Formats: sequence, structure tokens, C-alpha cells
Amino acid sequence: MTLLNVDGLGIAFGGVRAVDNVSFAVPPGVIFSIIGPNGAGKTTLFNLISGLYRPGMGKVWFDGKPATGLPPHQLANLGLSRTFQNLQIFFRMTALENVMVGRHLREHRSFLSNLLHLPATRRQNAETRDAAHALLERVGLSDYADTIAGNMPYGALKRLEIARALATDPKLLLLDEPAAGCNPVETEEIDALILDVKWQGVTVLLVEHDMKLVMKISDRILVLDHGEVLAEGTAEDVRQNPAVIAAYLGEHGQKEIARADG
Amino acid sequence: MARVLFTPHVGGLLVLIAVIVIAPYFFPSNFYFRIFALVWIASIAVVGLNLLMGYAGQVSLGHAGFYGIGAYAVAVLPHHFGVPSLIALVIGLVVAGGLAYLVGRPILRLKGHYLAVATLGMGILIAMVITNEAQFTGGPDGMSVPRLELFGERIRGSDTWYWISGATLVVICWLALNLVNSPTGRALRAVHDSEVAAQVNGIDIAREKLKVFVLSAVFAALAGSYHAFMGPTITPVMADFLHSIELVIMVVIGGMGSVFGSVVGAAFLVTLPQLLTVFDEYKFMMLGLLMMAFMIFLRDGIVPSLGKLLRGRFAPAKAEEPSSPKASEPSEAKPS
Repeated sequence: MTLLNVDGLGIAFGGVRAVDNVSFAVPPGVIFSIIGPNGAGKTTLFNLISGLYRPGMGKVWFDGKPATGLPPHQLANLGLSRTFQNLQIFFRMTALENVMVGRHLREHRSFLSNLLHLPATRRQNAETRDAAHALLERVGLSDYADTIAGNMPYGALKRLEIARALATDPKLLLLDEPAAGCNPVETEEIDALILDVKWQGVTVLLVEHDMKLVMKISDRILVLDHGEVLAEGTAEDVRQNPAVIAAYLGEHGQKEIARADG
Repeated sequence: MARVLFTPHVGGLLVLIAVIVIAPYFFPSNFYFRIFALVWIASIAVVGLNLLMGYAGQVSLGHAGFYGIGAYAVAVLPHHFGVPSLIALVIGLVVAGGLAYLVGRPILRLKGHYLAVATLGMGILIAMVITNEAQFTGGPDGMSVPRLELFGERIRGSDTWYWISGATLVVICWLALNLVNSPTGRALRAVHDSEVAAQVNGIDIAREKLKVFVLSAVFAALAGSYHAFMGPTITPVMADFLHSIELVIMVVIGGMGSVFGSVVGAAFLVTLPQLLTVFDEYKFMMLGLLMMAFMIFLRDGIVPSLGKLLRGRFAPAKAEEPSSPKASEPSEAKPS
């Protein structure tokens, strides 16, 4: 049983194969990380899986259903949600409202009822508000509930985006560099949050540059280079794979690993 | 109690009702009933257009076309086909909404401001049809509108229409505020801030935009019907491009994304030409200068700017979180 199955996925931009013949399978309940040097095609792969780009070739199955080229809102409905490397926050809405938007799919939202503010809509608003408060609490942002997102610090926004993604009740959560630009304390918090998400039964697909974080929490790791799969396995496998060491980690990478071990 | 009263929702509606009820006591002559009836009527259309522009982030340059459909429906159908006025009004609303659906459905799937171009063409087309079908519409000279009859009474007089349009405006504002504070409204505001994020959170952005576009067309048609009923005559000018632009300017001046801003914007633009008559032939020049001044000094529009000012002055001192420059800049919705 696999939750996400990617088979021979590829896309080219003006002749450059950003992602080329990538295949892998993500079993449910794990943290599956994708690493690789800058420009390896990690974010492009995310955009393909989450429906923002239409693949040029290959297939995607999600939760046993064909999901190739489905628009993002339909994938969200199937249980796939994501965050973005370069924050996609609703900056003019409060933190609470941001998370409330994440409940959209699970909301009763008849246009007429919304227009007339019928009891169903009032109940729904209260329900959504409660759910959003609970999620803000879970990511430690309760104090910011009524703050306009545009006025929140960067580290908090990173967690806000995760809370919003969780609000969709996903089966699979795609996190694109959740710790990018965060200080060590914030990274630690995000690390704990990702593990917590996993324990709650949500499968995590993670792109992250922070090697220490990746090695510590990943169940499986996929290494991309120049849009192609270089290796796949446990943290231990990847660490010892000579091709990975040569192509990606290099001398500097080995030092990083030594530090992560120590 | 005070808290409930001063939420923008309830408080704003109460202020609007108060203004509508009290304003006539200050009217120097009955002529002002007509001017302010026109303000309330324009507001009905502008509130709808503001939902589209200020919340869904889409511009329509053809809303006067829907206005024209509403106006001519209650003129042509009763006059030439013997349709009762009230039924003609409903037909006008349905036709406007249906047309918006037909135009919006293919267009709103595309990203960018294609709707503005498509509605521009549509508006011009509607105005042309109205002008050219002279045997039904009277052509450029316009036509007179049969009076609305309700319960055997003929509804006439500017003061009557002042109250009808004022009451309707209150209902329209209430509907708009309801929508804004509902799952649909949250989805629309999300679309405006980041389409990509809205999509991955399950929002079918084309569908949400289409809904509000259709609603705004229906509001515009309703405004047009009222205008026609108040009469005494209607002309194709109601449906033309300049009127569409006027509606857009009302939204911008009043404040995008502000329901009550729509009313202020409409009041401003409807009454200003009356005040500027002292400038005679320089009237339009003054109007142009004022618009430029608005865009330079009050870019957010009247109501949001005032709101910001009041909040800044009276809000309880609350430590603002330092916002990192990276976070406070809404980046363009394009994942890298």
C-alpha cells in the first residue's frame, strides 16, 4: 500500500529537463524527504505533484486514484496539501482567518445561505473558527490569532502556513523548506511540529536544506540531482551512497554529516 | 452591547440607516430626493462591483451594460410586450445574471485581467444593441418607462423612490456583509491575496470568481431597473462605456474591499457634478483633477483611509510585532 506513487514523472522548460523520469513511492505514515543541490528540481517536483504544473510525461497516483495533472483544488479535496518555500500567506487576513480558509473544503458553503447569513452559515462560521483556533494552538500561534498576517514575524508565518495546510485535513502534507530562513530555535520548533504531524497520522513529503533536520526526522530520503533520481533509501543508505557523496554532499557535505552525528 | 454596535457589520448598517432617514430633513428642495435616490441606486450597483473588484480582485469594464439590461427590461417588456413591470424586473435580473455567467465562465478560467477586456467588449455591444434596436428602445433618444404598479398603486415621485432605493440599499449592504463574513467571502479574500495558496487550500478560484461576478451583474441590473422606474426616461447612455468607468471610479474612490466605501464613492461621484456646476464648462476638468488627487493622496479610498486613521488614533496601544521585510511583502503568486 502506497499513499503517493510517482512514475516516470518529467517536465521540461524550454528544452531544459527540470524534472526527468522521476519515480518513487511514499508509504503512508512516514516522513519522506527529498534533498538535492539548488536547482536539482525539488520545488518543480512539488509543483508537479501538487498540480501547479502539468507534467510533460509520467503518472501520479494518490491514495490509489490517478492524480496526474489534476488541478490543485481537486488534489486538496483528495487529501493533498502543501506549503511554499517563498511563503504564500494571505497577508491582509488575520492569522486566524488564514487558517479558517484552510477549512474551505470541509465547510458547508451554500452561496444562498452565505448571502442570507442563515443559521447554517452561522454554525459553520463558529465551527470553522473553533477548528482554526485549535490548529493555531497546536502550532503555538494562539497569541497571534487576531494579528494581520502581514505584521507577523517570519518564523511565525512559516508555522502559520503549516497550520493552514493542516486545516484541510490532509492525508499527505508537502512541506517545501519549512525551516528555510529560520533561526536554530525556530528550526527546532518546526522539527518538533513535523514529528507531531507524523504522529497524528499525516504522511509528510519534505523538501529541506537543513541536513541536520532531514537526517534526524526522515524515514526515507530521495536524492535528486539535475532533475533525476540519484539515490533513495534510509538516512543511513543515503549517507553512505558513494554517488550521493560525490555528486551532492561533497567534502562540505561530509563535514555537515559528521557534525550532525556528533 | 457597545462592542456589538461598533463592529463594522452592525454599526455600519445602523449608520447607513440613520443617514438615509435623517438626510431628507436637510434637503433644501424636493430636487434633492432625486439626487440622493440616484446615489442609493448607484450604490446598489457599486456594492456589487466592489465585491468583484475589492474581494475577488477582478475588474469589469462593462457593468453599465448590466445596468442597461436592467433599465431596458422594465421599459421594453411592459411597453411592447405587455409584461407586468415586476416580472420584467425579474427577467432583467435573470438575463443580466445569465449573461454574466456566459461571459464569465470561459474567461475566469484564465489568469490575469481578461475579464476587464471581455466585459469591455460586452458592455459596448449591449450599448450598441440598445442604440440600434430603435423600434423597441427608441434609439439614442431613449424611451419613457411605464410606471411600476404595486398593489394597484402607481409608484411615482422621487421621494417614494428615495425610500425604496434607500431600503433596498440597506438590504444589499447587509447581503454583501454577510457574504464577506462567510466561507465564500473568506475564499474570495484568499483569492485576492494569493491565488496559488487559495488553490492548494481547495478553493476552485474560477468558480468563486464566477459566483461573485454573476451576483455583481444582478445588483447592477437591479440598480438599472430602479433608475428606469424612477424615470422619467432612459437613454443608451446608461449602458455606455463612460458609465462603466464611472462605476469603477466609485469603487476605487470609496475604497476597494469596503462595502460602505461603495456608498461613499457613489455619493461622491453622483453629487459632485451638481456641486461643480459653478465651474460650468470646467466641470470635467475639476472632476479629473479631483480623481488624480485621490489616487495620489488617498490611494486606499475614502473609507479604508479614514478607518486606518481612526484605528491609529483610538486603538489601544498594542506592541506591533516587528515584521521582517521578507514577510510583509506579499510576493507575487508564482511558486519558484
